[in-house]
Amino acid sequence: MKLILKRLLLALPNLVGVIVVTFVLTRALPGDPAAYFAGAAATPEAVAQVRTQLGLDRPMFEQFLSYVSDLAKGDWGVSLATGQSVISELKGRLPASLELTLFGLVLAVSVAVPLGVLAATRPNSAWDHGVRALTTAGVSLPTFFTGLLLVYVFYYKLGWAPSPSGRIDAFVSSPPTVTGFYIIDSLIAGDFTALWASIKQLILPAGTLALFVLAPLARMTRASMLGVLSSDFIRTARASGLTPMTVLYTYALRNALLPVLTTLGMVFSFLLGSNVLVEKVFAWPGIGSFAIESLVASDYAPVQGFVLSMALLYVLLNLLIDLAYTWLDPRIALEG
Amino acid sequence: MSMWKHALFGAAVALAVSLPAQAQDARKETLLVVNETGPNSLDIHAVGANRPSYGVAWLAYDRLMSFGRKTVNGVAYYDYTKLTPELAESWEIAKDGMSVTFKLRRDAKFHDGSPVTAADVKWSYDRALAMGGFPQFQMMAGSLEKPEQFEAVDTHTFRVKFLKKDKLSMPDMAVPVPSIYNATLAKKNATAQDPWAAAWLKNNTAGGGAFKVASWKPGQEIVYERFDDWKSGPLPKLKRVIQREVPSAGTRRALIERGDADMSFEMPPKDFALLSQEKTGNLLVKSTPVENALWYIGMNVNNPPFNNVKVRQAIAYAVPYEKMFTRAFYGRAIKLWGGKPGPVATAAWPATHGYNTDIAKAKALLAEAGYPNGFETTLSFDLGQGTVSEPMAVLLQESLAELGIKATINKVPGANWRAQMLKKDMPIFINRFGGWLNYPEYFFFWNFHSSDPVFNTSGYKNPKMDALIEKARYETDPKKYDAEVKGFIDLLHTDLPRIPVAQPVMDVVMGKHVSGYQYWFHIQPDYRLIEKQ
Repeated sequence: MKLILKRLLLALPNLVGVIVVTFVLTRALPGDPAAYFAGAAATPEAVAQVRTQLGLDRPMFEQFLSYVSDLAKGDWGVSLATGQSVISELKGRLPASLELTLFGLVLAVSVAVPLGVLAATRPNSAWDHGVRALTTAGVSLPTFFTGLLLVYVFYYKLGWAPSPSGRIDAFVSSPPTVTGFYIIDSLIAGDFTALWASIKQLILPAGTLALFVLAPLARMTRASMLGVLSSDFIRTARASGLTPMTVLYTYALRNALLPVLTTLGMVFSFLLGSNVLVEKVFAWPGIGSFAIESLVASDYAPVQGFVLSMALLYVLLNLLIDLAYTWLDPRIALEG
Repeated sequence: MSMWKHALFGAAVALAVSLPAQAQDARKETLLVVNETGPNSLDIHAVGANRPSYGVAWLAYDRLMSFGRKTVNGVAYYDYTKLTPELAESWEIAKDGMSVTFKLRRDAKFHDGSPVTAADVKWSYDRALAMGGFPQFQMMAGSLEKPEQFEAVDTHTFRVKFLKKDKLSMPDMAVPVPSIYNATLAKKNATAQDPWAAAWLKNNTAGGGAFKVASWKPGQEIVYERFDDWKSGPLPKLKRVIQREVPSAGTRRALIERGDADMSFEMPPKDFALLSQEKTGNLLVKSTPVENALWYIGMNVNNPPFNNVKVRQAIAYAVPYEKMFTRAFYGRAIKLWGGKPGPVATAAWPATHGYNTDIAKAKALLAEAGYPNGFETTLSFDLGQGTVSEPMAVLLQESLAELGIKATINKVPGANWRAQMLKKDMPIFINRFGGWLNYPEYFFFWNFHSSDPVFNTSGYKNPKMDALIEKARYETDPKKYDAEVKGFIDLLHTDLPRIPVAQPVMDVVMGKHVSGYQYWFHIQPDYRLIEKQ
């Protein structure tokens, strides 16, 4: 517990840095939010009026101070483009992105790890080459292309998948918000119609993400398994007459998972910030498309809020991964 | 363990079977619309309210008056020459023509059940002026400038005094901005700093329109439900409308073609062109020319080389109109080039000009202007309208290269475009403009008047132009009016601060089972008229 606290404290300077840098960078962007939000037929006076309303005519340092003091009060500002407070936007959108990314990762891991093991136990066989071909194809295709392809085949042509129009079918009402994760919320509400509808919506976009990250995960499992399988303790285990299954899963895989976990952490953070294109194709109301749209509109508050929430998330994620290390390999102790 | 599995499987099967049946019932009375963007505010008066939010005002609020209906070539249009009752059941213009008195419907109610009174109307009109920016400007376009002009005579009588005789005053009261708000409800949610309840009304409606906003998730969807007590017109046939945001055009097309969505308003011309060739025949693409609007190539008339009218004319002969028509508009626009050279025959606007693609003529004009070997320049366009303006820019760049003009393309992100327009320093640029009120002088005022409105991006100033625009604005003699309009159109075609390329069309795609679509000047859907078979 003490260790967790210590780790969190150590992350503070990083967060301060993030706050300062995003504030300065957003102001350095070329766009002029006042001109944008003054509307189509604004006169120069109207633009000036909007600028004063938004506080953009004050010196930058003063703007920064009021931003920080608002942050301290838990006020992350208001998105001009959607008219909502940044906190409420993030509350709605972050779970959408997290649910999609986690679902995609679970899919990816459940396919990639067995594939990696399969390839490692039969190196240079047809299986190994097959896995390599599949993962390479997955990572070489851009996600929006895979997404469109999946939509075309499974929705447009075959009609198996539900319409790619967001998190839940338009005619099914979404479950009452508790966590923001539709799967969990519909379970809490005992609403199986919503549960089924939201799982159906997840399959194609999550599959798209999974295909994309299959490669690093499967390749890492293979490489790490190969290393572990040729090590001394595995030879000893085999010589002691343990069954191949026990050797493979109880001894080899557990030891081989450490680098896979590291990769998983990296892949997760990468996915969360970068699945904008998947969000666009599947009309997924996630955080990535929100951040991009805000950037295009020079909408400062949500951009800052997005970067800040991502930074917080990374801190938590790294902590979780470190904790998982100690569980997988008790030799590693967590020391600040 | 295995019991679990069976139970789960059973549940899944039961769900899969029961779901479509439930969904079927809801579908019949519900219209599902997929669009690129949704409203960013439920209040049209809010700072930065976007186009889709005009649609919310149109449905959730009423105006005193609306416009009539006409059919042109089988497509239903609103009729801007005919004002029809909405919240006001009748009105009378004073003998001196300096005021109008409205009689409100006695049975009209807001969504919360309270009756609509003249005090609500007065509060709403005052608010449109007080909120500043776009709503204020729109009111002023009809010479509705001061709160003293608006008077609640008694509970059901409302009077507007005119400052001057302006033909735009009456139609300006039928556009979305002067929507009627429930003043009592709004005031309950106002604060000392926010007397007009701007913060509350952004996320809530206080109207009495044909549809209530049942739920709104910004950036995702807005759901409307019919207001069954609506008295300002025939009750809409649709009970519910779900308008979802689906950003990818490809996905929207797939949804429409599969029949999962009923309608879509926004798609690149290319997708509409392909959809209209659909062989399955269960889709309907309705195209209507957008009134008082054009795509154009503008030039800065104050800085060389474009300050020379010969250079501007040379460019007009160099524009590859036909290529733009097929490769940028995919044929979904109305040609405005290649007409008879010389003065225009009628006062119709947008008008066809006499220029055509003629590189030899362009070269000659450029040489006359003193640029036989061309020059270097920057060609700008708004990335937010990139689906059409990007191919236009590339085609123009190619064509200019033939004259020796080296144009570097400058893609300006949406956020920057307004700021760029305000600076008025882009040498040559591609843009689109449309005016709500369908009067050519309204268009010309916003684009070519020397008082330097934002859209006069060329920085064009000409006393002759000003005089013609101002005269036409208050002209009462139709013959003189025609002459004045023809006059300023001809002036545009010879002075060429901008080269009109095409008049955009508004494309809507819907399933064959959807009917009742009508074009409105605000280019937003009117679900009050639509029905499903």
